[in-house]
Amino acid sequence: MNVPDDLLYTESHEWIKREGDKIRVGITDHAQSELTDIVYVELPKMDRQANAKETIAVVESVKAASDIYAPVKGTVVEVNKALEPDPGLINREPYGEGWIFVLKIDNADDLKQLKDAAAYSKQIT
Amino acid sequence: MPVQYTSIIEEHQAVRNNIGIFDISHMGQLLVSGPAAGGWLNTMLTNNIDKLEVDQGQYTFLLNERGGIIDDLIAYRIDEEKFLLVVNASRTDEDFAWLDRHRPKHVPLTNRSADFGGVAIQGPRVVELFHALFGKNVDLPARNHIVDFPFDGTKVSIARTGYTGEDGIEAFFRTRDAVKFWNAALEKGKPLGIKPCGLGARDTLRLEMCYPLNGSDLSPERNPIEAGLGFFVDLTKPNFVGREVLLRIKQSGPQQKLVSFRMKEKGPPPRPHYSVFDNGERIGEVTSGTLSPSLNYGIGMGYIDVPHAGIGTDIDIEIRERKFPATIEKKPLYKKS
Repeated sequence: MNVPDDLLYTESHEWIKREGDKIRVGITDHAQSELTDIVYVELPKMDRQANAKETIAVVESVKAASDIYAPVKGTVVEVNKALEPDPGLINREPYGEGWIFVLKIDNADDLKQLKDAAAYSKQIT
Repeated sequence: MPVQYTSIIEEHQAVRNNIGIFDISHMGQLLVSGPAAGGWLNTMLTNNIDKLEVDQGQYTFLLNERGGIIDDLIAYRIDEEKFLLVVNASRTDEDFAWLDRHRPKHVPLTNRSADFGGVAIQGPRVVELFHALFGKNVDLPARNHIVDFPFDGTKVSIARTGYTGEDGIEAFFRTRDAVKFWNAALEKGKPLGIKPCGLGARDTLRLEMCYPLNGSDLSPERNPIEAGLGFFVDLTKPNFVGREVLLRIKQSGPQQKLVSFRMKEKGPPPRPHYSVFDNGERIGEVTSGTLSPSLNYGIGMGYIDVPHAGIGTDIDIEIRERKFPATIEKKPLYKKS
């Protein structure tokens, strides 16, 4: 399973890419392969403020709906509109075009609580 | 059976277009035998077992005294005085206990679930696979019939039935022959495009056909009349458990009805327990829902208050506090083109 070294991870299978005072968030290759056939994505609202571990989006496969959580406290500044017509992007490119939203984070120190690639790899094996 | 082997959508399409194989070894098998078996079963099950010739099966219900559904099952007459009940895995013990409690001492009842494995092979190419497995000049059983065939030094019972809306068979064999039969079917099915299919595809396939799932659409609180399955209840039989209640409901009309619906727009798929509304009034609840892989929109079933349950009624499904429009449709939701 693909777990890029340059990303951070949550226990709930989100990946996090730091971009200055913002983070880009998606779900991991492992998560998309467990869900398979993603058929609907409910994106967060722009400018929404969320606390860490708060439900912020929903990804639905044929079988079930799964909540996506804000990895840390922040404000939604970008959402991936391309997922609305083509939710399968998450299956095909979980770390690329399948990103879900960008958060402007309140406190960069919050990122220290997230897992690195080694810790996440260990969790899913 | 896993939820999926590769992808629910791929497995679903394999069954609709070619052929798929499901491991249904978890299903229960109960045997009832003896001269009084048929007469007694007719007092326990809703359909009329007297109508079965040898080797024939029928869909039927096991009800509690309130007319509620304990289980839906297929009863086969496998010999003049011998019946095989193929029941839902999760209800096997409960069915057995209920039947055992009501059983006259002279009617033998055995739970053979641990002795048998089974697979469902479903899809338009099933006839080709059957001939590849059992011989070119061997005839398939007729619809709803079960026949034993020799297979590689053992015996396999083949029933022409299924839960997908496609032509298909369910094969039952001794547990020790399960791996051998599964592998043979996969190997001979390879040129036909066979795929092992999981519970996920089983659910999307049956829901497109509006076949009910016990535990979701059927329960001890629901009866076959509300579920729209009165066809499988013979109220002209003098006596069976639940008959009085069903007669009353049939006369007065049920309060709710199990309907099928489709979403009008692209959006989140409906799921069990979502509320259903008509012009802001809550009129029922979804019991099954998914994205239909064949139709590519959300579909579902649910119990709706009868005044709102007519075909063509516009309804709303509430999903995460938002309402999405849907229409009540005729069953089945998927028709082969």
